[in-house]
Amino acid sequence: MADSATIIVDDLTKTFRLKHVHSLKEMASRAVRGRQAEVDEFTALDSIDLRVAEGETLALLGFNGSGKSTLLKCISGVLTPDRGTVGVRGRLAGLIEVGAGFHPDLTGRENVFLNGAILGMTEKQITARFDEIVAFSEIEKFIDTEVKFYSSGMFLRLAFSVAVHTDPEVFLVDEILAVGDEPFQEKCITRIKELRDEGRTLVIVSHQLDMVEKLCRRAVLLEHGRMVADGPTSDVVRQMRGE
Amino acid sequence: MTDRVATPSAAPLPPGFERPGRSRGLVDVFGQRYLLRLIVRKELRVRYQASFLGLAWSYVKPGVQFVVFFFVMGNFLGMRGMLPPFAVYLFSGIVIINLFSEILGNATRSVVANGALVNKIYLPRQMFPVSSVLVALVHFVPQLVVLLIGALVAGWRPGPVELAAALLAVMIVLCLALGLGLAFGAINVAYRDIENIVDLILMVAIWFSPVLYPIATVRDTFGADSVLMRIYENNPLTIAVELFHRAFWWPAADAAAREGAIVDHVMNRGLVALAVCAVLLVIGDRVFRKLSRNFAQEL
Repeated sequence: MADSATIIVDDLTKTFRLKHVHSLKEMASRAVRGRQAEVDEFTALDSIDLRVAEGETLALLGFNGSGKSTLLKCISGVLTPDRGTVGVRGRLAGLIEVGAGFHPDLTGRENVFLNGAILGMTEKQITARFDEIVAFSEIEKFIDTEVKFYSSGMFLRLAFSVAVHTDPEVFLVDEILAVGDEPFQEKCITRIKELRDEGRTLVIVSHQLDMVEKLCRRAVLLEHGRMVADGPTSDVVRQMRGE
Repeated sequence: MTDRVATPSAAPLPPGFERPGRSRGLVDVFGQRYLLRLIVRKELRVRYQASFLGLAWSYVKPGVQFVVFFFVMGNFLGMRGMLPPFAVYLFSGIVIINLFSEILGNATRSVVANGALVNKIYLPRQMFPVSSVLVALVHFVPQLVVLLIGALVAGWRPGPVELAAALLAVMIVLCLALGLGLAFGAINVAYRDIENIVDLILMVAIWFSPVLYPIATVRDTFGADSVLMRIYENNPLTIAVELFHRAFWWPAADAAAREGAIVDHVMNRGLVALAVCAVLLVIGDRVFRKLSRNFAQEL
């Protein structure tokens, strides 16, 4: 299994400290009252072991606060694990949030280039795919307008369009499929399916269980930072719904 | 806190696998020059967004600063006669100190300012302090042009020593400001006090190097062999400022005014300062790399 894997997660543990900085004022008042500094630790991920094979489409399921996004951020490199190992083979694009690298004062065109580069594309690649990106977003008319004048729908369309036109082997997708109106959502899902059929590895976090069931063959269920289920998506979804 | 910083993932990975988010430090930034260029362009665009003067502001600000200091120092305090051509002396110091201040001030804030990005997408985070350096250089060039014109008018003619001194000064300032900026920028993520500390440092920096007065006045006050004077004259910023004086003011000054006007052995001191600042840069990079593991959870 290990040789066909694209993502390896071994014994991954991530703890957050809830309060990092104690101001002088707080320290003084605690000293006066003679109370100990309370350390609030919160284990977001607890000994997660996971292998994702090449070309596999995996759904990460779980309720709010179960650690899905934290796991995704650990895989993308945004967060560093406290214990354990994360390994990824091939180029990776983390779509943790649509439009994270967008700047409102730049035009749509400038943002496409900036965001493309942030997601790891070269100048050549962006130039080659520029027309495709704009066509997909359907906002040709406004591409040279500053993004701050965009409606939220236009903004998300353009951002999503850039994201799905990067060319990575591994895609991490966090709750970004709820973009735009229905026709555009259809288009997004078609595009994600295309990526899947091209043999790219996808890890998708979503609360839209019906959609996830259509997209992913395998699902992992997280609960309070622990992995409680791993299997065919329909089974895991049923377990999650308590059926 | 330390245990968390120092836990590298121990288990070995099969060949072909990489640990995401593993940073190789400043080297990473130069592997992504295109992105760096776009970020610098973004910074400049955003700064002069909807502004009528645009980049011309980078002339106006040092210009006003110069005029104010020139009248206060030169005329009110009567320093004009001491260091002819005083305007060149004054402006060369201001220009190099401004470079330092802009890099350090912006680099310190750069990681927090880009928090939204640091949180969401992995990219070499050194990108942000480094882009502060490049933005500062974009503002530095027009000031340098004004300085060159002023110096030429005052009778300055460049030679190899002058060019070497100017280059050395810029190198010292770049290494020092980026080294400190990386360290402060990283610490600032967890302790926002750093921003205020850096503001203090910048406020004091211009007065603790011979920008607005000749170093001779400090020597007279402290005494040539005192410890305080040793500290003062070995401050890398003092050396950078004096190198700029050597480069732009010295050749245009009268022989009489040159005597003891700048620190002695300025070129040798400059080389030593550059070596020290290069070491500081390496340390700053190490600190940044170590702390960057915690950026996303602290922003």
